[in-house]
Amino acid sequence: MKTNILNFVITLIIALLLSLYLPWWSIMVAGFVSALFFSLKKAAVFFVPFLAVFLFFVIYAYMLSSVNNFILAKKIAILLPLGGDPFVLILVTGLIGGLATGVAAMFGKQLSNLVKK
Amino acid sequence: MKHIKLILTFVLTIAIFYGLNTKLGSVPPIGEFLDPVGGIWQNEKDEIIDGNINIQGLSAPVTIHYDTELIPHIFAQNDLDLYKAQGYITAKHRLWQMEFQTHAAAGRISEIVGQSGINYDRTTRRRGMGFGAERALEKVQENPEVLKFLEAYRDGVNSYIISLNTKTLPVEYKLLDYKPEAWTTKKTALLLMHLTKMLAGGDDDLEYTNMIRKLGKNRFDLLFPDFFDVNDPVIPKETDWSFIDIEMTKMPQSELPLDTISQTIEKPNPDNGSNNWAVSGAKSTTGNPILANDPHLGLNLPSIWFVMQLSTPEYNTMGATLPGALGIISGFNNHISWGETNATRDVLDWYKIEFKDDTRTQYRYDNDWKSTTVRIEEIKVKDASTVVDSVIYTHHGPVTYDHNFMGDNEKSGYAMKWVGHIGGNNQSTFLALNKAKNYEDYVNALKTYTAPAQNFVFASTEGDIALWIQGLLPNKWNGQGKFLLDGSNPEHDWQSFIPQAFNAHTKNPERGFVSSANQHPVNENYPFYIFNDGYETYRNRVINDFFRSKDKFSIDDFKALHNNNYNLKAAELVPYMLEKMDVSSLNSEEKEVYNQIKSWDFNNDIDKLGPSIWSKWHTKLYNLTWDEFKSEEEALLSPYAYQTIYIMKNNPENEFMDILKTPKKETAHDLFLLSFKETVKELMEWKAKNGDYNWQAFKGTRVNHLLQGLPAFSRFNLPIGGDRNIVNATSATHGPSWRMIVEMSSPPKAFGIYPGGQSGNPGSTYYDNFIDDWAIGKYHELNFMQNATTTDQILGTQTLTPVN
Repeated sequence: MKTNILNFVITLIIALLLSLYLPWWSIMVAGFVSALFFSLKKAAVFFVPFLAVFLFFVIYAYMLSSVNNFILAKKIAILLPLGGDPFVLILVTGLIGGLATGVAAMFGKQLSNLVKK
Repeated sequence: MKHIKLILTFVLTIAIFYGLNTKLGSVPPIGEFLDPVGGIWQNEKDEIIDGNINIQGLSAPVTIHYDTELIPHIFAQNDLDLYKAQGYITAKHRLWQMEFQTHAAAGRISEIVGQSGINYDRTTRRRGMGFGAERALEKVQENPEVLKFLEAYRDGVNSYIISLNTKTLPVEYKLLDYKPEAWTTKKTALLLMHLTKMLAGGDDDLEYTNMIRKLGKNRFDLLFPDFFDVNDPVIPKETDWSFIDIEMTKMPQSELPLDTISQTIEKPNPDNGSNNWAVSGAKSTTGNPILANDPHLGLNLPSIWFVMQLSTPEYNTMGATLPGALGIISGFNNHISWGETNATRDVLDWYKIEFKDDTRTQYRYDNDWKSTTVRIEEIKVKDASTVVDSVIYTHHGPVTYDHNFMGDNEKSGYAMKWVGHIGGNNQSTFLALNKAKNYEDYVNALKTYTAPAQNFVFASTEGDIALWIQGLLPNKWNGQGKFLLDGSNPEHDWQSFIPQAFNAHTKNPERGFVSSANQHPVNENYPFYIFNDGYETYRNRVINDFFRSKDKFSIDDFKALHNNNYNLKAAELVPYMLEKMDVSSLNSEEKEVYNQIKSWDFNNDIDKLGPSIWSKWHTKLYNLTWDEFKSEEEALLSPYAYQTIYIMKNNPENEFMDILKTPKKETAHDLFLLSFKETVKELMEWKAKNGDYNWQAFKGTRVNHLLQGLPAFSRFNLPIGGDRNIVNATSATHGPSWRMIVEMSSPPKAFGIYPGGQSGNPGSTYYDNFIDDWAIGKYHELNFMQNATTTDQILGTQTLTPVN
């Protein structure tokens, strides 16, 4: 459990830091790097980093959008199309961020397995 | 096993990265797009409108106050700083639109939207849009001062572009996955070409040629007379033209080529037009002249207009600007106000070109051979290979139609002669108007203006009102350019231009008002050749009748006239149709609709049923009447609505009223009934699907986003009445794109509104916040600040600070 929390926190910190300097895929780097050093087991390999970036994206998107009455989010949710619901768009944003991070973490985990033995 | 897992997860990681980082069809690179740190979530805000911004090359600080409508009021110390700031501020709010419109003008849309843009781009280039912009820039070089202003504007736009990063890029760039390129002076020239195309790029010469060959001269003249029987022209009929003392161009003894043309390029929207008017002090309730302008254009978001105040210690002006061009286009200063409507003159003609052989290096001219030149047009296409189109140029202009484009003969083609290719320093006219103090300054400002020809309305605090029809207008022989011309005959060339002083104009006419609404500029007494090439016949009469109806007019009267929904066209035909139509065969449903339109007062108000019935009925009737001119093989043209109605009422048994595919010989009265029954049928179908056919719902006015009308960024079903040919000229997607009223008090009192908002960002509250008030006919008083120290009604103040 401790490693899970550690991985979660480290993924989040790396993702936040790298996002200042790198494009969107910095979250994939975060998932990959934290998996190299904080190896998790089974489903946690994917879901812990997934959750870290999911929350990061959802909270940040919500913060940006709620102060502006979701004006743009409503329009983008028509464009994509997601029924015009800004909360669905926020959810999708989180899922995409989480998915990318989790997959990169799975790759990091496999690589760390190889190096360890 | 380990290796397999490693490879699998590696491939999966790459696949996810690729899938989220790539534009797939119309779906943007979704990882990048939805990333809250750099994607569209960063556009979910209003623009920052306070603080300091360092701008290279300014000579002194520039203060920008934003009022509560997000209208910037720019206070600069000199012209160069002013135009640099205008460029910067316009780009800040409207960059994507500026680039998109100038890409469209240059025939470069395929670079943004891919293969679906190729036809548009080819047509644009075959019109010689880039060629015309280059010619205009050559003319500007002759005026180093204006060139410097264009460069200052360019530098201002580019200062903004350089300041952008992945976060701050406008939404549309993120959506289409591309980046802005540097602004150039050519782009400003292209934008003005775009206007020239929109407003003076139409003609029906080739259709007329097909028509006269089919019909013969007599029947053609019945359908397409040079003047209608009613005419309430822009310049009052009683104007004395005796001061025009030059010889008219003589009509040559020669034949016109009577070719069969199968297809022609897309024409600008025939509804592109406008209203403007002004009353003298004597005719105004306050004693000050009042002026109004409302240009009718496609309703788009972001709007074609951006409202600004531009000020230096020498002058102070406010009004509507065109993002991409300098200065105020329709507006006022402390001394004068001005506005434009389209003058619709025939400044685009076609010449038949006969090449010597299929190398097309020479063409016949004056019993000799003359050399052509070639302009290679490379159309870059997003995600596809570049399309190359070679356009041949003659001394007339580009050979738009040839065997590579809408034609099939390798040894002939049609060349375009267009005022848009001649080049002109049209930017300087507006800059001079911005500074003008009186009638003389206004007239001097107009002198060099070439295209698109406009009816420039004018009013001053000194009490003058005036209207000049200004443009570079060919002095044609009688009939020249109504049909295809012979490109080998020098007598068919444009021989000269109407001397500027002889352009039709009126100053302080006795009737106490001036007005224009795209109608005929003059009556038959004006000595130069002009024919009816699509002049409006309804709005002008309603406007002029209004100003003849009483002695004094107020700003409120002006507002009421802008929003006047009286449908004169319907009023001139419906009572006649109801009287002449045989109603004995109507069923109960048809009777009900009959009674609905019978009780209509001819106002196209949003809650009425009459306008919907009329709109459908008139369209059906018109199409049924001109069934003989529907053809796949040749480009034909149906007569204008006014002449159609004239024939129906004065000659109901005319042969054209017959429906060709039926054995019976129909009259206009038969057509009324047939089209009425069809109308009722379709209205009932519409009703079953959409509910009540009141005019608001039936018309469905919308304001479309510039990018293929993306519904997410557009506005629908607006509660506004009117229609084409009505003073409130709002049809489904077209209408008053800027409504301005200025009273020439000191300082002037001005009102303005447009169907959009100051911000180009769909994430801003200011993106579309004017639309609701515009639709219900409300105006916003413009806050014309008299100096930079004002603090009243200010949302934020930004300072542009010089750095080196």
